[in-house]
Amino acid sequence: MRLSSFPICFKEITKPHKFCPGCGHGIVLKELGFAVDELDIINDTLLGVDIGCSLLAWDFFNIATIQTHHGRTIPIVSGYKSAQNKKICIAYVGDGGAYAIGLQALITASLRNDPITIIVVNNTLYGMTGGQMAPTTLCNELTTTTPNGKICEGIKPILGPELLKNTSSEKAFIARATISRPLEVGEMIKKALLNQIVNNSFSFVEILSICPTNWKKDAKESFEFLEKYMEKYFTVGVINESKNS
Amino acid sequence: MIGGQLSNKILYNGSEAAIKGCLQAGATFFAGYPITPGTEIMEQWVKKTSENQKYRFIQAEDETSAGFNVIGAILAGKKAFTATAGPGNTLMQDPISMAEAMRLPFVAIIMQRGGPSTGTVIFSQQEVNLTCHGGNGEGHRIVYSTSTPQELYNYCLKAFDIAWKWRFPTFILADGYQAKQESQVVFKKYIPRINSKPILKYNHGNNNLRNCYNFETELALNLEKNIRDYNLMSKKVCEYELYKASDASEIIITHGITSLSVIEAIDILRTKFNKKIGLFRPITLAPFPIEVGNKVISNKTNIYIAESSNGQLASLVKSNLNIRSTIVELLKPAVPISAEDIINLVRK
Repeated sequence: MRLSSFPICFKEITKPHKFCPGCGHGIVLKELGFAVDELDIINDTLLGVDIGCSLLAWDFFNIATIQTHHGRTIPIVSGYKSAQNKKICIAYVGDGGAYAIGLQALITASLRNDPITIIVVNNTLYGMTGGQMAPTTLCNELTTTTPNGKICEGIKPILGPELLKNTSSEKAFIARATISRPLEVGEMIKKALLNQIVNNSFSFVEILSICPTNWKKDAKESFEFLEKYMEKYFTVGVINESKNS
Repeated sequence: MIGGQLSNKILYNGSEAAIKGCLQAGATFFAGYPITPGTEIMEQWVKKTSENQKYRFIQAEDETSAGFNVIGAILAGKKAFTATAGPGNTLMQDPISMAEAMRLPFVAIIMQRGGPSTGTVIFSQQEVNLTCHGGNGEGHRIVYSTSTPQELYNYCLKAFDIAWKWRFPTFILADGYQAKQESQVVFKKYIPRINSKPILKYNHGNNNLRNCYNFETELALNLEKNIRDYNLMSKKVCEYELYKASDASEIIITHGITSLSVIEAIDILRTKFNKKIGLFRPITLAPFPIEVGNKVISNKTNIYIAESSNGQLASLVKSNLNIRSTIVELLKPAVPISAEDIINLVRK
């Protein structure tokens, strides 16, 4: 049960947050905050954030936080975890940071079964730089680098969790959630953190989110795109879970 | 036991000597990616991790990640380092730029390779610019250019204290000749002067760290401080070697292992050809030993600059020192310089 309307680990002086009005990051970070509160790990958690919109979370929490270069959050968090293996280490990145510039680091962390939790916020484009095509951009989707719609012709937008299922340990927790159902986002994040703590294993959650600014959609249209198109292509749910969980 | 044995003498190669220095300096974490001629350092480290669990190791997917792994461990309070070479040094500039901007005590051993480094694994002095000035920052780095396995040990030992004291990335710049040659090395008793502490704090203020700025003016303020600190530090960390320079009328400036050829040449030039010639060797290429350098070169008839690159040291020398004498350059990119090369140059 949630006792407060905001997570206790929120850093109040940095609120309201710096994301665009209507951005999905606020919902994801709030759920992450509740998960940290509920597990009572505020003083044992390391949060790494990427470049891109996720960097705006660098002072979001009263949690030890490091912001780094694009795609490099995962290696920093892996290095930190290796040096301080009692800490609960989280990498918070966008879909460009995870699946383009940082994909090599992401797959390697899964191949080594690094006991870290990776949260990828997927809004199908590069938000901070003004809405360019990402590996997650849907077929026919308009972005500034696909002005006539992304041409797929036999290729598919990347399915990150499904890809990682093939490179991860059986003990890995891999899932996808959507901000259209925020409580499920919180549950998935909590499971991912518990998998790191209890099973000492790789944990990964992709969260489908919205970008009204770059999608050039209002709130209603944004959620329509999320539910009609994104959730149809990107299957929501647990994709891999340890039998011991 | 590391080191080979010849009669009753124990010989160490440069990589073994370097690791000895890092261990004595208190290093407990290494992340890296295999690349000749730096790989042996990683393999020596892995041996230590199997002996004692306090030593941690990550084999990264590339040098960029290796550098960021090291940064993660530094934030967690470990004396962490890496070793790389050539194209690995190129990839490493991303994490090094972060370490430089955030004043993280990042230590790296660089075994130089001539570009583009597909092949050519043994010797080069072509990573001076990259190591001193790489990345999108101001080159606030400390770079020791060593010449022997003994110096590899000495400066690996020193680098961690220097990096943790001044909080600038610190490099040991060497090459495959130094890494692979075996020689006797004198090891010292050494207690690290500075203990590492977690840089990212828990449960109290300043626990959110970033490497981004909202405004250029905000970055400028940060850089002003870094520039001030770097300048304040410069005189204190500068190191150099002088050889028969006090009565010399001509000076040869070189760095790294090339100084061994120069010293051999100086002895021959003095005894056989009656040349009053000496050596000025900056050991710290960054910060450059300007004060001593200017003193040594004043009133000399000729200044020679010898290096195995097309003028990377020469441009450092010219931009840092006030040279009024004639400059004669011996630039041999990609290949080593022998004593004979130096003698021929001076006798021309």
